[in-house]
Amino acid sequence: MAIPRIWRQIEEKYNLVGTLCKDCKKKHFPPREVCSCGCYDLEKYRFLGKGEIVTYTVIRISSEDNEDTPFRNIPYVLAIVRLDEGPSLTAQIVQCSESELMIGKKVEMVFRKLLEKGEKGVIQYGYKFRIA
Amino acid sequence: MRKVAVIGVGMTKFGLLFERDLSSMAVEAGSLAINDAGIEKKDVEVLYGGTMSGGLFSNQEHTGSLLADRMGLNVPSVRVEAACASGGLALRQGYIDIASGMHDIAVVGGVEKMTDTLNTTKVLATAADVEREAVFGATFPGLYAMMAKLHMHRYGTTEVQMADVSVKNHANAVHNKSAHFQKEISVDDVMRSQKIADPLKILDASPISDGAAALVLASEEKARELCDTPVWIAGSGHATDTISLHDREDITTLKATVAAAKQAYGQAHLTSKDIDVAEVHDCFTIAELMAIEDLGFVKKGASGKFTSEGNTKVGGKIPINPSGGLKAKGHPIGASGVAQAIEAVLQLRGDAGKRNTGAHTALTHNVGGSGGTAIVHIFKR
Ligand SMILES: CC(C)(COP(=O)(O)OP(=O)(O)OC[C@H]1O[C@@H](n2cnc3c(N)ncnc32)[C@H](O)[C@@H]1OP(=O)(O)O)[C@@H](O)C(=O)NCCC(=O)NCCS
Ligand SMILES: [Zn+2]
Repeated sequence: MAIPRIWRQIEEKYNLVGTLCKDCKKKHFPPREVCSCGCYDLEKYRFLGKGEIVTYTVIRISSEDNEDTPFRNIPYVLAIVRLDEGPSLTAQIVQCSESELMIGKKVEMVFRKLLEKGEKGVIQYGYKFRIA
Repeated sequence: MRKVAVIGVGMTKFGLLFERDLSSMAVEAGSLAINDAGIEKKDVEVLYGGTMSGGLFSNQEHTGSLLADRMGLNVPSVRVEAACASGGLALRQGYIDIASGMHDIAVVGGVEKMTDTLNTTKVLATAADVEREAVFGATFPGLYAMMAKLHMHRYGTTEVQMADVSVKNHANAVHNKSAHFQKEISVDDVMRSQKIADPLKILDASPISDGAAALVLASEEKARELCDTPVWIAGSGHATDTISLHDREDITTLKATVAAAKQAYGQAHLTSKDIDVAEVHDCFTIAELMAIEDLGFVKKGASGKFTSEGNTKVGGKIPINPSGGLKAKGHPIGASGVAQAIEAVLQLRGDAGKRNTGAHTALTHNVGGSGGTAIVHIFKR
């Protein structure tokens, strides 16, 4: 992936920065250009990184291309997390045993390596979650 | 809007077709459809071709021109893309074209060459939100697995009920010579097969297939002149929803399916009770269960029990996926939506052999991604 593509997502992927609609007060993650209410007047909003598991799975087969993580590191846990402030996101759950996983479980954000392209490629960092 | 009929159908065998490339499959399907319609190539005025990613699967874009060239036709040719719903959307765009009066005869097709890359899972993941789902490790099986998990949690749906979908679709495909698999399987086989993304196993998943499918569409006037057994498109619906699964209020329903079905039922002046047979988007077994709920054949949460009781078998209350579905007929991404329409046509003509259901009204349902696009068509004889 080209470096500028990674660079321009730093705020979002490192710090959970989304947007807040000045009109209807709706919070969005990821950041949006326009709110569902039609308003274009949005400001940056940083989410606290706490939420709960809406649903999850354990990924056991992935791409045959085993150069890249996360695909190299199967099995891994993937979940939809609803942030306390409202929006939901897709992320891996780390540092947990399968028996701890449950719909409704409280989780918190951690900063981790997301993608690694082979030995020489650029490493991309971002959010994952762990049991709170 | 004018009435539009399907007057010809043709498809390649679906499967691991290592000796075939993208255009040779498309030409075979297109030529078979033109023959079946009893028209000549020069009668074709426009082409619509659904394909998800010539670029990522085979390093070839500009498939509109490519396929027209290989067909030996210099007519307007439109490549249509909506991930796994590319074929269904190509059909809809061709339908709109003929209905509008712009052209009288169109070939609409779908094709995918999936086995020229080792990166299939990664290519398929580009139908999700790449920056918000795929880079975090979401795969297609993973997204559907998360829907399955919540459906089980909320409605008590079981892995065995999902397996029953797969067993039924494999049994149907035994009678379909075009199918990727013509092999019966048991619930035990499904339960013992390798896990892909819990709770989904390999035998809950559609396979990776090559293949192409095509239809000839004609205006009412042309259809009556050229064809003794036209199949009419009575309704067509198309809806979108958020591309990311996590942005939906409820991930146990595909809102796009509900909306597209409402449009199609409305246009056809029919309800779910009037449908005799349906081909639905069963890319994973859970997807068929959710589809029969969202299309109104059974109430939300009741699809597992309904399926296990045998209501969706050929001969049951509402036969679902008599062709074998994506699960067993195969799922060459862009071709699937068109192949569904072919099964609808064969069913209505009574040309489906042992799979015949004697239907008067058929429905097809094609989904792109995890539900970001849905296309529904209703056909009548
Ligand atoms: C499930 C999946 C990962 C299996 O692929 P794979 O591990 O590479 O499987 P292989 O090609 O090694 O096949 C191994 C065996 O299983 C069989 N097989 C593979 N996938 C199968 C499937 N989905 N159903 C039934 N049998 C299958 C093969 O025919 C082969 O059998 P054989 O040994 O008798 O020849 C792959 O089929 C897949 O990704 N399916 C989902 C496709 C998808 O996401 N589509 C988009 C949906 S929106
Ligand atoms: Zn707003």
